[in-house]
Amino acid sequence: MSYIYNTPEDQQAMLEAIGCGSIEELFAAVPQSLRLQRPLQLPEAMGELQLTDHLAELAAQNRSPADTVCFLGAGSYDHFIPAVVDYVGSRGEFYTSYTPYQPEVSQGNLQAMFEYQTMVCELTAMDVSNQSLYDGGSATVEGVLMSLDVTRRRGRVLVAESVHPEFRQIVETYLAPLETEVVSIPCPSGVIDQRALADELSDDTACLLLQHPNFFGCLEEVHQIVEVVHAAGALIVSVVDPISLGLLERPGDYGADIVVGEGQSLGTPMQYGGPYLGLMACRDSFVRRLPGRIAGQTVDRRGNRCWVLTLQTREQHIRRDKATSNICSNQGLFALRASVYLAAMGPEGMRKVAELCLQKTAYARQQIIESDRLEVLFDRPVFKEFVIRDRENAVEELLADAERAGIFAGVPLGRWYPDLADCFLFAVTERRTRRQIDRFLQFVSEHTTSGVTHAK
Amino acid sequence: MRNKHATQLIFELSRAGRSAVSLPTADVPQQPVDQLIPERFLARTAPQLPEVSEPEIVRHYANLSTLNMSVDTHFYPLGSCTMKYNPKRNERLASIAGVVDVHPYQSESSLQGLLRIFFELQQMLEEISGLDAVSLQPAAGAHGELTALMVAAAYFREIGDNRTKVLSPDSAHGTNPASARMCGFDTVTVKSTSDGFVDRDDLISKLDESVAVLMITNPNTLGLFERGIAEIADEVHSRGGLIYLDGANMNAILGITRPGDFGADMMHFNPHKTFSGPHGGGGPGAGPIAVAEKLTPYLPVPRVARLETEEGYTYRLDWGQPRSIGRVRSFFGNCGVLVRAYCYLLTHGPDGLRSVSENAVLNANYLLSRVKHFLPVPQGDRCMHEFVASAAQLKSDTGISAMDMAKRLLDYGFHAPTVYFPLTVREAVMVEPTETESKEMLDKFAETLFRVTEEAADLLHDAPHTTLISRPDEVTAARKPKLRWQPSAED
Repeated sequence: MSYIYNTPEDQQAMLEAIGCGSIEELFAAVPQSLRLQRPLQLPEAMGELQLTDHLAELAAQNRSPADTVCFLGAGSYDHFIPAVVDYVGSRGEFYTSYTPYQPEVSQGNLQAMFEYQTMVCELTAMDVSNQSLYDGGSATVEGVLMSLDVTRRRGRVLVAESVHPEFRQIVETYLAPLETEVVSIPCPSGVIDQRALADELSDDTACLLLQHPNFFGCLEEVHQIVEVVHAAGALIVSVVDPISLGLLERPGDYGADIVVGEGQSLGTPMQYGGPYLGLMACRDSFVRRLPGRIAGQTVDRRGNRCWVLTLQTREQHIRRDKATSNICSNQGLFALRASVYLAAMGPEGMRKVAELCLQKTAYARQQIIESDRLEVLFDRPVFKEFVIRDRENAVEELLADAERAGIFAGVPLGRWYPDLADCFLFAVTERRTRRQIDRFLQFVSEHTTSGVTHAK
Repeated sequence: MRNKHATQLIFELSRAGRSAVSLPTADVPQQPVDQLIPERFLARTAPQLPEVSEPEIVRHYANLSTLNMSVDTHFYPLGSCTMKYNPKRNERLASIAGVVDVHPYQSESSLQGLLRIFFELQQMLEEISGLDAVSLQPAAGAHGELTALMVAAAYFREIGDNRTKVLSPDSAHGTNPASARMCGFDTVTVKSTSDGFVDRDDLISKLDESVAVLMITNPNTLGLFERGIAEIADEVHSRGGLIYLDGANMNAILGITRPGDFGADMMHFNPHKTFSGPHGGGGPGAGPIAVAEKLTPYLPVPRVARLETEEGYTYRLDWGQPRSIGRVRSFFGNCGVLVRAYCYLLTHGPDGLRSVSENAVLNANYLLSRVKHFLPVPQGDRCMHEFVASAAQLKSDTGISAMDMAKRLLDYGFHAPTVYFPLTVREAVMVEPTETESKEMLDKFAETLFRVTEEAADLLHDAPHTTLISRPDEVTAARKPKLRWQPSAED
């Protein structure tokens, strides 16, 4: 066995010391009637060489942005990851350590987490950040749950339809066993319908969950929205794209109360959706309702500056059923990677990455506006993605053919928005080139739909 | 080796104008930013991120890393956490192109290899659990608990059975009651007997038609196999309730016994424990759940399905579950962790997995046999993969507490065991050596632990003595929280 030291001689010596005749005897507490009387039916063991070949063979059956031009986004993005991020993340002292419950031998992790919290606060203009949650979707629902606790309003939460559909599904799943109603706010023109919002706000509304830039890529009129929501005594839970904060007004500055988001863009590979990291930050006054681990600064018995896990009375291992959340693990390794990414970028790098996304997206959008077959659906300012409508209403075929031509051309929207079955979401990160964008448009102009009934 | 000059925060290293990246200029015609985005949306101030060069970043984090203990560098007998060796092949294989770089919304046809991995992992976990269906979606053990309780709640709702309570033993992980409450259940604690098992009389007195689920950890957090588990399950089932198995301790029973065979209706795995996924300084983990057939329709979507065609197998995402609870996270799951688990399972095969549990239990019993002579183990002479000693007597005799021992062990180059958990043992010292340690290491640890019990209490109250910092003031940290760096406070 690869990872077990014990030789038969070791085992014999250990059994003698225990005073036990056999390993089998050590399991005497497991009743025979409950024992598995056969070997597990699993594939036979593979050595490292076989396993490596096996995985290579499986990986070869996948395509990826390494061989296919990727315009897929919708919450997971093909951003560039500097080598220094991989270097730090692959140090065994970081990735093979546990949660820093023993601060004396965890100062590396604790200081890195304190720095991460500071960077997230800077990025979002909020007072406090935790050490990350599972992902953007679970951070979103934790933000919504927190708003119920903070406001002590349990009647309803409002959720904009322009929030990532999967995030909304998670909110619905979590709230299904509870008494709180989830009310959707329509977004017929790609952004929140403010009249509908005003109608649904009530004195038992805990929050409005919005995303900005939203799922369609559009910018929400956050100032007006914040004003009306706050006037009703409810909170703003804002889902952010951290890359956009190199350019856009930070959520704390426009009045968000709780900020959540998917941190994948900050140095985490796409790896089919996870592990990622959920960003979460809030106002000072809510800190004792914040879920997840938090690092705090203190001094040791000799007066040295140091860091510890703090405010643990919020957490399940102390408070059990009274905890703010059941969350136990965080995404420490990816929070670390996010810190390294943000440190490598600095304020100027963040601005440049955001601007590259913006300029390339604007170029692609302009080209599509000029194309015959495709049109841009919402006439709103966008950041790094936008909705494209196929006038021939053959999205599925178009995307499949594009893939055969070496392009992942977008995420079809019909699955979540039946009204948008002729649309797809198109994302352009700093990694995409003008040539790739032109290649997509060239493909579209040469593409002929066969055997499909034209809708209009 | 630690660099004594490296004591600053990365913000304190920052100098205006330094940068670690050089980004290309745009290859598209550029327009003024405020023509693309109206002024009212733009930031007026930039986030004050550090401005540092690449060499500074590398040195900063490399030095920070030397301040951590880790499995790669130290014996880490942290009970309940299964800090086993993290195989390097798994790190490499989870990072290859076609695995690490795929987008979650790629078409199924472009992901056949990856979907096959997840389908086979589902099958393997079904077999190991003895249950009928697996969802790989939950992101962590606690997330798996919550998901399974939502599944249970949906099941009871659908059969029109209004059940409001979840029971869990007093020795359970804190996540159990916390998950139950998040799912809207009232939580009821079941007592343990003095020898560490579920108190059957107490359980039966609390079992009624309002109990939805009994959450149980088996082997339990004392490292004991709950001998009466089948009878306990019968009692719960006969009143219409379900059994949830907290799979934190699966490392003890792989191929020996299966939760589905001892009465569990649902469970979670901790691949970051049992199947060697690294802990990452706190995460990521993953929390796949397995359930019995009658609960399968309620599992989150999607799961991976396999179709047999003339050309062979094809794999697809199965969304067609109208009774599903929906989603508990975005995208498919913590795939990187799941791929590592797949590699671990293929590395071991059926015999290897059984050998993992045999050696984990052997190592724990061996260490127990050496430790019990100087540190009593209240629950007896035998254990599964871990045991819980008590420093209560030592403390009353000498003043040395479990915390003192934990801190002093750090001086001797061992990570501390888990202390003060489970709550049912006074001055608990919970030791889980795992199978990936040698007899020599276990001997050294036992000798060191003994030596610590012989040392002067005063020396131990101030321990550790050799680490960079010692006994941080946690009370002040919580009373006056300082949760981010502020330039003004530092200057």
